[in-house]
Amino acid sequence: MTYETVIGLEVHSELKTESKIFCGCSTKFGSEQNTNVCPVCLGLPGVLPVINEKVVEFAIRAGLALNCRILPFSKFDRKNYYYPDLPKNFQTSQYDLPIAVDGYLDIEVDGQIKRIGITRIHMEEDAGKLVHSGAISNSEYALVDYNRTGVPLIEIVSEPDLRSPAEAKAYLEKVKAILQYIDVSDCKMEEGSLRCDANISLRPVGTEPFGTKAELKNLNSFRSVQRGLEYEVERQTQVLEEGGRIIQETRSWDENKGVTLSMRSKEQAHDYRYFPEPDLVPIVVDPAQVDSIRASLPELPDARKARLIAAHGLSAYDAETITASRAMADYFDAVVTAGADAKAAANWLMGDVAKHLNATNMPVENCPVAPAQLAGLIALIAKGTITGKIAKTVFEGMWSSSKAAETIVKEQGLVQISDEGAIVAIVDGVIAANPQSVADFKAGKEKAIGFLVGQVMKQSKGRANPELVNKLLKERLAVL
Amino acid sequence: MELFKSTIHALHDLLVKKEISATELTSSVFNRIDAVEPSIHSYITETRQQALVQAAAVDAQIGRGEPVAPLAGIPGALKDNICTQGIKTTCASKMLDNFIPPYNATVVEKLADQGAVVVGKANCDEFAMGGSTENSGFFITRNPWDTERVPGGSSGGSAAAVAAGQAIWALGSDTGGSIRQPAAFCGNVGLKPTYGRISRYGLVAFASSLDQIGPITRDVTDCALVLNAIAGYDAKDSTSINIEAPDYTKALVNDVKKLKIGLPKEYFGAGIQPEVAAAIKKSVDQLVAMGAEVREVSLPHTEYALPAYYLIAPAEASSNLARYDGVGFGHRAPGNDIIDMYKQTRSQGFGPEVKRRVMLGTYALSSGYYDAYYLKALQVRTLVKQDFDKVFAEVDVLITPTVPLTAFKIGELSDPLTMYLQDIYTIPINLAGLPAISLPCGFAQGLPVGMQIIGKPLAEATILQAAYAFEQANDYHARFAPLGEV
Repeated sequence: MTYETVIGLEVHSELKTESKIFCGCSTKFGSEQNTNVCPVCLGLPGVLPVINEKVVEFAIRAGLALNCRILPFSKFDRKNYYYPDLPKNFQTSQYDLPIAVDGYLDIEVDGQIKRIGITRIHMEEDAGKLVHSGAISNSEYALVDYNRTGVPLIEIVSEPDLRSPAEAKAYLEKVKAILQYIDVSDCKMEEGSLRCDANISLRPVGTEPFGTKAELKNLNSFRSVQRGLEYEVERQTQVLEEGGRIIQETRSWDENKGVTLSMRSKEQAHDYRYFPEPDLVPIVVDPAQVDSIRASLPELPDARKARLIAAHGLSAYDAETITASRAMADYFDAVVTAGADAKAAANWLMGDVAKHLNATNMPVENCPVAPAQLAGLIALIAKGTITGKIAKTVFEGMWSSSKAAETIVKEQGLVQISDEGAIVAIVDGVIAANPQSVADFKAGKEKAIGFLVGQVMKQSKGRANPELVNKLLKERLAVL
Repeated sequence: MELFKSTIHALHDLLVKKEISATELTSSVFNRIDAVEPSIHSYITETRQQALVQAAAVDAQIGRGEPVAPLAGIPGALKDNICTQGIKTTCASKMLDNFIPPYNATVVEKLADQGAVVVGKANCDEFAMGGSTENSGFFITRNPWDTERVPGGSSGGSAAAVAAGQAIWALGSDTGGSIRQPAAFCGNVGLKPTYGRISRYGLVAFASSLDQIGPITRDVTDCALVLNAIAGYDAKDSTSINIEAPDYTKALVNDVKKLKIGLPKEYFGAGIQPEVAAAIKKSVDQLVAMGAEVREVSLPHTEYALPAYYLIAPAEASSNLARYDGVGFGHRAPGNDIIDMYKQTRSQGFGPEVKRRVMLGTYALSSGYYDAYYLKALQVRTLVKQDFDKVFAEVDVLITPTVPLTAFKIGELSDPLTMYLQDIYTIPINLAGLPAISLPCGFAQGLPVGMQIIGKPLAEATILQAAYAFEQANDYHARFAPLGEV
């Protein structure tokens, strides 16, 4: 029997507000342990939460960007469970009246566009972090770092609309892109500011009812989301093929072993005893506020991609790659605004710029070559001042010195040689020095000219105008 | 008269006239504490040194000829569930025996702004759960009118301290009657303000949607003065009401003409001690004679208020008290692993009544029971509120007994349900979030009887005026507990 995969994702994203959701403590990542804390986020007796209005604003932004309906009346609830990283032993979250509901986003997999439903987005507080003395299994003690306690989160819950691990990965990438575009989250999976749990089940192709699902946790990278789900598809398929039954349970992805392992069964699941948070008043959202937030939303990835294709004639692939992150798209727009040809800008961005950024693991915002400088480099090529080959050398210089292309070209004397007399002198020298290649060419070996061109370029240190070199070589050979 | 027997307003006059000093007054109160504390046990912690420093500061201020606030230099007590920076705050629980808050409750800050002197942290039922102070994790406080009897609770230490001259005023907290009932039992004036009138920041939570801090004093004027000091919006408490608090002393007018009083018939049914009913009737007649109008009204859902309360309050408590787990602060018992540590810590740290309510609340919120218990209780709460809304369209205030009985003997109400039943006249007011005052209106076999005057939301001034007028016509409040006189 063949099975269809059904996946729904729960994405947690830390909001990049300055302060925590219910107190004034800093949300800064990487501070010394237990320095960004106060009686409120430590849950000491008698303290009370006060909602950070920025959190509500950011959640509404996310809701609107993900095509949700913003509920005019929303409230917080307590989710009760005991864990040492949760100082109150309840998490203030939203249960039955979340801030945003009924949204969607479109993903593209193998050229097919697909709409994925978003059930809800709710706000909640993050928990702290446990630090064990060694491996968890044999740790003598655990310490708690409460810096993260109370950092604002939104949880974005998708409909079970995803049909493959690849779709799940595409969805997660799209969520990340959108949250970054609207500037509400850094979405760094490696720092935990974007986290993802997955519900996955199989059903025979063509049937309607959902199979029994497993909840997958500990998916700490985009790669592990896809790999974990792929493993789970195989595992569940095998269980079903062998006539077994899927158990409803929570499973943990083990990145090193490449397997998922059972964490707890349905029977061991927590009863969270949700009830309305009595220390906070309901959130009444003013429609005017929603309108003003809607009006302030930037161009989102899909619209931007469409614009790059329509306005600049970029290929769908190039436009997709460039708009996958807002910073990259902003960089691209800035290069084009500075006067560069869009296609050339796209090629540079996806070529040398991306290569250098990846090699140094640097975000494009910190690129030492400013957009206007890259535009300057592209202009020098377009004007014929330098060759494309030399441009790569110039770019290296720009990357390491942050100097303008023109400056580097002048300093290093890299201006293209377009003077025919100068090139002819080199050409004649090369012809004289390589009689064998000349003979081969004369004998009909067209390829031999390539070697001769190479020699000319080498002697000109790459500066000779390649078109002129070709033309003049052919002319001189023809008269021999 | 000894200074410790006096009132805030009388002592304030003596202070500003420089007839007494705050230091002298504070010493008088501590001498009284030394004399009667062995037989009353009002305090968990005495803050003698700090109190004398506070008093000296006020004396210096007066000495410089500067104006001082009404509470300046006047010694008072705080219930030990109100957080005080640098001073142990235990909630009368072994769980918090070692807990020293690094912050003050908002009310403590406000009192400090007035220059009020704090003499100590008063005993109460553990985490404010109880009506007799017998549930304190440390010791039982005794009623100054009869030391064989309870002072009421949960703010029993606060009420006993005021009644015994161990404090001129006190703060309590009231979740289901915990200010009004002990005030009634000890012959004090006790006010539970409108929910949200006073910041709960720094009040250790029992049931967040019901808790409210309020004054316990010797007369209605003092009640208004303390209320003036602590009322008002606080940005640190999202449930506090953002409406400016009036000057409540303006309500101290001896006039009840045309005041429409409602007597809810459900509050005068079976189970009420006859002397209590008689005292209330006599008091209402007196108010009518003074020009008030009275009529019988009905609050038909009254009988459901108590069961609803005993689902809502424990449900919130089960969550509020989850933080006492031995991890970050408070008592910690050793355990084999984290779960065992939780179990041991909570088994040792909490007393039986707290455990009972945590279990009740946990059950009421559990999957499969939520709709039948917690949700149903919330619906009843709405009906109880609507009952009050309806009658308050017709009357200005409601008058009821505060408690169906006078102070009972220590150990007399051993069954939790019987204990819970004495709160039937106070609990509905918390469910509805209304203000209510209890003031002495007579004596039965030498024990004070309390009368409850309930007002519309934020109508503290109305109930203070009615209480003030009544007090002017009587001298019940002026009688002092016989303790130490013999």
